[in-house]
Amino acid sequence: MELNGDHLSGRQRIVGAMVLAVGLVFIIRLFQMQVTTDEYRNRAERLTEEQELLHPSRGLCLDRHGELLVNNVPGYELMVVPRAMAGVDTAALATLLSLETDNLVSRLNKARRYSRYKASPLLRQLNAEEYAALSAELWKYPGLSIRTKPVRENVFGIASQIVGEYREVDRQDMNDDGRYRLGDYKGKSGIEGLHELDLRGTPGIRHHLVDVRNNVRNTLTELDSMPVAGDDLTLTLDTELQRYAEALMRGKRGAVVALEPSTGEVLAFVSAPSFDGNLLTGTSRGAAYDSLAKHPWKPLYNRAIRGTYRPGSIFKMVQGLIGMQQGVISPRTHIVCNRDVIGWHGAHTQDDLRRAVVHSCNPYFYDVMRRMVNQHPDKDKFDNARLGLGWWTERVKDFGFGTDLGGHVPGTRSGLVPDTTYYNNIYGRRHWTFRTIYSISIGEGELLATPLHMANLAAIMANRGWYMEPHLIRDIGGKGKPEALHVRQDVDVDEVHFTAILDAMQDVIEDPSGTGRRALTPGIATCGKTGTVQNPGKPDHSVFMAFAPRENPQIALSVYVENAGAGGEWAAPIAGLLVEKYIRGNIDDKARESRVIGATYPLDPTFVDPASLAQIQAASGDPESQDAP
Amino acid sequence: MSSRSLNVAARLDWITLLTLGVLVVLGWLNIVSATAEAEVVWDMGGKAGKQLIWMGVCAVLMVGLLAVEGVFYIRTSVVHYTAVMLLLMAVLVVGRKVGGARSWFGVGSFGIQPSEFAKTATALILAWFLSRDGRPWRTFKTRLQTLALIAAPAGLILLQPDAGTVLVFGGFIFVLYREGLSGNVLLVGVGMLVLAVLTILLGASESWYPFLGSTSGFWWFLLSLALLGTLTLLLVRAATLPRRRKAVSRWGTALLLGGMAFSTGLHLGMEQVLKKHQRERIHVLFGIDVDNPDADYNIRHAKAAIGSGGWTGKGWARGPMTAYGFVPEQETDFIFCTVGEEWGFLGSAGVVGLFMFLILRVLHLAERQRSQFTRVYAYAVASILFMHFLVNIGMVIGLAPVIGIPLPFFSYGGSSLMGFTLLLGILLRLDAERFAVLR
Repeated sequence: MELNGDHLSGRQRIVGAMVLAVGLVFIIRLFQMQVTTDEYRNRAERLTEEQELLHPSRGLCLDRHGELLVNNVPGYELMVVPRAMAGVDTAALATLLSLETDNLVSRLNKARRYSRYKASPLLRQLNAEEYAALSAELWKYPGLSIRTKPVRENVFGIASQIVGEYREVDRQDMNDDGRYRLGDYKGKSGIEGLHELDLRGTPGIRHHLVDVRNNVRNTLTELDSMPVAGDDLTLTLDTELQRYAEALMRGKRGAVVALEPSTGEVLAFVSAPSFDGNLLTGTSRGAAYDSLAKHPWKPLYNRAIRGTYRPGSIFKMVQGLIGMQQGVISPRTHIVCNRDVIGWHGAHTQDDLRRAVVHSCNPYFYDVMRRMVNQHPDKDKFDNARLGLGWWTERVKDFGFGTDLGGHVPGTRSGLVPDTTYYNNIYGRRHWTFRTIYSISIGEGELLATPLHMANLAAIMANRGWYMEPHLIRDIGGKGKPEALHVRQDVDVDEVHFTAILDAMQDVIEDPSGTGRRALTPGIATCGKTGTVQNPGKPDHSVFMAFAPRENPQIALSVYVENAGAGGEWAAPIAGLLVEKYIRGNIDDKARESRVIGATYPLDPTFVDPASLAQIQAASGDPESQDAP
Repeated sequence: MSSRSLNVAARLDWITLLTLGVLVVLGWLNIVSATAEAEVVWDMGGKAGKQLIWMGVCAVLMVGLLAVEGVFYIRTSVVHYTAVMLLLMAVLVVGRKVGGARSWFGVGSFGIQPSEFAKTATALILAWFLSRDGRPWRTFKTRLQTLALIAAPAGLILLQPDAGTVLVFGGFIFVLYREGLSGNVLLVGVGMLVLAVLTILLGASESWYPFLGSTSGFWWFLLSLALLGTLTLLLVRAATLPRRRKAVSRWGTALLLGGMAFSTGLHLGMEQVLKKHQRERIHVLFGIDVDNPDADYNIRHAKAAIGSGGWTGKGWARGPMTAYGFVPEQETDFIFCTVGEEWGFLGSAGVVGLFMFLILRVLHLAERQRSQFTRVYAYAVASILFMHFLVNIGMVIGLAPVIGIPLPFFSYGGSSLMGFTLLLGILLRLDAERFAVLR
């Protein structure tokens, strides 16, 4: 038995035990890898499953008549798979793409950092021509491919400030909303931004199984979902009026806001100089944005809602209405034009309210204000000023001044209606009297309002004592106007008090001595008021507010032209033309039209800025328009 | 002889044969899946089709092997060994280089790997040599000769180079252990393993040295080893009887110096001899950070494939990791990934169980032999299977470094399948003769 080594046969157990031990370790390890942890499963899914987002088509923007304002048009993205780009002549490719070689290399590196195997965008928002130029050469570069991705198009290139920007998300957007991924787009400002959630829709997801070379090999259809298109927005804008208003304001600085008085819907909304929003999409964005941002006239600044101006003489109507409601004056109150207390203009001596409005009599409204402020004969002048102003501030805010008017127009500034706290902070308690603050009585001094506030005032006049909060949306996805946009605000002035003021406003335009004669459109009973806002060191701002027709008004608007002189000179004819255009649909008074369209700065010969003049003429593409009045 | 009228079928160990059959069929199913050829199985041009041809060839081969009298294998073992040695030398000269190793003879579109047959031939020669005069392991010279018989083919294979197969030859230590090699050799082996792990871990670390600045932490390790070893030696020496102190000193010093030499050699080998990618593979295994993110690409994907299988797997031919090429060499060395991904824990544990069963069954066959030749041969077979099992599955589940070595009966490849068929076929015939033989 020695021969067979049987004394060693116990060793078979040791060898067997080793086999068992190794097998057991393997099984435990397999259990740990396959059953107790998701780590490997997740890793495998990351490798093999690719979720392709199916982008929903973004909601369109239509005007109030259903005309297309903002559209989706085909766009292209150049995609790159870095792994397939090894050994590519980057200099030649850079020439093809008209990029600097360094720029191209850094873009390629960025793509490589994202993934060597997966495609990522190298160039975005190429248009059809750029795509055509590229596609002929594309076969030389195996790592490059084209993916279609629609771009936004502003059909007429109008209302760009209010439509807003639709562009690539930044890190902040991705942190705020996990739905956005690198390279996605979203509305950043204006309507695009405010209604991003309505417009964007819901993306679909297609699940693919990919192989190691990132070729799609199979689909997991049971998990897929289809994209749901975004809601279309119907805006309140009237394309014709908007285009016309932008044309009239070309070559000028200022703003136009037109409202439908009965609904508060914004019909036209211009901040001049305006620009074509299509410049800010696609490959041209950087250069275009730069030139707009650096332009001395600040076209990116939305004057219609961000520009806060002194309202000027148009504010006198507010004073008259509050005064009547309070009983300190009546339509028959005559006040001596006391030219010692305040600046004046025109030839008149002792007007009633109607004539005072027509003549824009400063001493008249100085006195109305004094009467409203000093209502407490038993108190001293400091207490009277404090109590009177506190009361007055509340009345003025009823008209929407100093508020954001409901905030439905994104970015609206409140302006300023100075109150007692305001003056206390400046002068100290009991250190100011009516004589300190009197300039607000004629819409000057510390009062600030945007053109939107002024148009809203015109709507209050048109409605005889109330307004609907102004807004831009008529319908979202066929579901009608949101309830939140139907907000009526009543002004605490009885309707009877409006008659005298409206008579005066009609006189402003129709009376041979009216300051707003240039707003006259025969056959349309238009009520308006000029304003000539003082502007120390520079020419006055030209202001006009109006509504028409007097009975059953359809349009209320304000026009503000910076540094253009008297309100009747430029703002009034622009308002008149817009009224004629909106109500008639065409312009009979061609002379008035060509005078306005032909005009560009310097509207006032004393204000010349040759540098900006040359730039604006180049930018507006309107070289003929130099015949200054 | 009675063996002439031996009824092989009646004496055959059908259990082993059946296990082999099951493994081969399972393996083939996984090859079909891994090569994504489920639709084109019957087109013999694909890998699955080729494997099917090889399976037919091997089935015929198995029948042939069982029909040959066992004495033939015993008497021709020297011939086999000599022939294989010649082939191993020839392949170094005229062989085809595949994957960096010159280990293939090209025959048309089929390739033959002589190292697969070297395992069988070495097993045979070992059995023949150890059972030759029935008195093995008495002289130093015999032991040296045994070692030379194993080392010669292993050395030639190392020249190809094919580290995996060399490792398999290391498995013959179990045969020698069973035949009387001191258990201390195994203990020293384990000790070397521990030393190796510590050397690699500390060798990859950074440490600060006076005058030298910052370099590998290995030298601190070597210093501590020397100090602690000496201290231990002195303590042990003090605790032993005076008459044995001399022996303790001698053996202890030898062990300590040997260990230090081994450690230093390994460290220098890692740093100086191995290429960067080889060193990185080893570092990856030990969880040491490597700069190159692609260094653990294979094993990361292999583990993801297996780990994503869950309890029951994704179903046959439905594993995207393996079907879509994420796992390298998935039909050969990484075939177990397909098992793990598509058959889940139950399937892969089942396959591990099948291999354990096969190896233990072969050990059982070995111990029931009256012929020492057959016993040694059977142990050699078990050792070879065990080493393949250990290294291959250990590799794909991340417990062993990436060393190319096929999984027996599972991996795609004719040479491998034929080699294992030879190995097991001879064993089954020898086992069937166990009662007829009195040697």
